[in-house]
Amino acid sequence: MAARSIWKAELKLGGTRIPVNLYSAVIDRTVHFNILEEKTKSRVKQHMVDPSTGEEVPSEAIRKGYEVEPGTFVILTDEELESLEPDPSREIEITHFVPSTRIEPEWYERPYYLGPDGNTSAYFALAEALNKQHREGVARWIMRKKEYIGALRAEGDYLLLVTMRHAEEVVSIEDLPTPAGREPDKKELGMATQLVEALAGEFDPSEFKDEYRERLMEFVESKARGKTTRLHALKAKRAPTSLTSALERSLKALKKEKAAA
Amino acid sequence: MSRPFWSGTITFGLVSVPVNLFPAYRNTRASLRLLGPEGVPLSRRYYSAKTGRDLNDEEMLRGYEIGEDEYVLVTDEELERLQPEKTRDIDVRRFVEHDSIPPIYFERSYFLTPSGNSDKAYRLLANTMEKIGRMGIATFVMRGKEYLVAILAEKGILRAETLRFADELRTPEDIGLPRKVKAPQTKVKEFEKFIKSHSEARPSKTETRDEETGRLVKLARKKLSRKKDVVEVEPEKSAHGKVVDIMDVLKKSIAASR
Repeated sequence: MAARSIWKAELKLGGTRIPVNLYSAVIDRTVHFNILEEKTKSRVKQHMVDPSTGEEVPSEAIRKGYEVEPGTFVILTDEELESLEPDPSREIEITHFVPSTRIEPEWYERPYYLGPDGNTSAYFALAEALNKQHREGVARWIMRKKEYIGALRAEGDYLLLVTMRHAEEVVSIEDLPTPAGREPDKKELGMATQLVEALAGEFDPSEFKDEYRERLMEFVESKARGKTTRLHALKAKRAPTSLTSALERSLKALKKEKAAA
Repeated sequence: MSRPFWSGTITFGLVSVPVNLFPAYRNTRASLRLLGPEGVPLSRRYYSAKTGRDLNDEEMLRGYEIGEDEYVLVTDEELERLQPEKTRDIDVRRFVEHDSIPPIYFERSYFLTPSGNSDKAYRLLANTMEKIGRMGIATFVMRGKEYLVAILAEKGILRAETLRFADELRTPEDIGLPRKVKAPQTKVKEFEKFIKSHSEARPSKTETRDEETGRLVKLARKKLSRKKDVVEVEPEKSAHGKVVDIMDVLKKSIAASR
């Protein structure tokens, strides 16, 4: 089933504009539960209360505060908050480009596919140019009263816009001390390298499934049909040993596997 | 020291590396608290739609909606028993090349620090992965949820990037994007020229700054200096309590293993 576009925009690269539609590249597969009142088996509601009195505070009396220091709030009025909102715009401005492996994974947040909205040839030309140059664009835009930064990438033949976290939010590894302790010796490094190389392979996402989510859905569905399901936990295995003997035994086990295959 | 978000053990082959997991992000997005007319921080409570009475945890159930007003009840015990084996293992079964995972998969980033007496095994895994330029792929269970994760080594430090499962992602075909049309090469060349002339070595610091939060904090500080609309409450009532700097926590956690 075709997905609905969530936003209409224009990519702006210098003087060139490419009209696009935004589509979420992510599907929410979380199993969502409702909270019910035990006695009546009906949905509960939520309200805001003064914790000291337990009294409900009606929404028109609620104020918004920013905590400047622990225990100190500055109240911001709706007018003040509105005055801080950025002016609406449909422009996704690409400010500069970086090598496509330069942005580290911790920066990426949420991916959106862009679809052409007229001028299809410019859309595919840009994707092709990004692919050929092995680069991604750094973008800024305002969507639904919020400012975003993101990376404009080619994903196959298509354009993908991934929202990025802000510089203030990401903890840089450069600022962390290197763990100390004894350097691993040559023999250990050699064995560990062999072990890692024996487990080397390609990233194949189709190999992995959220088994917990699947089991949960199966359980809910069978319970809905009135069936009782026997639940059992699986047993975990463990093998704590010294580092060197663990490495040796791992390699031995791998060799055996290979010989048997 | 602040408690880690999660503790567990990375295993590869028969080698185990106990680790603590911490988020790789600071909480910088200014969130506003809801206050009463006198400035008291408010709490969110559940109440009965039928009687209007506030409800305790024991008076509530979890239900999965299967029709209008029709629910399958699921208890805490059932959820617990459905959870994958209660292991604290991150079992790495595959090491893939660095940069071989498309960014569309990346969800959240965590730092892994050595725990217990694991610094030797920790360094061995980090050094080995960095040396041969590979990252580990594993699934594990954290706080009742199953995660697909990539383990990376950088500067001797291990990090975990949670990945989206394949069925959580749409493809251009799923969305119904039009088939590729052959783009005129003059247009492609024109874009390539534009890309080249606007290239930088890395994303600009100023372009990636959070200006929105900056403006809000500035306004709040200005009002504070004028003593306008300022309310004081006991810090423990503010629920935010002590603001923990994740950087301090990480530094201490790494230092503790020395």
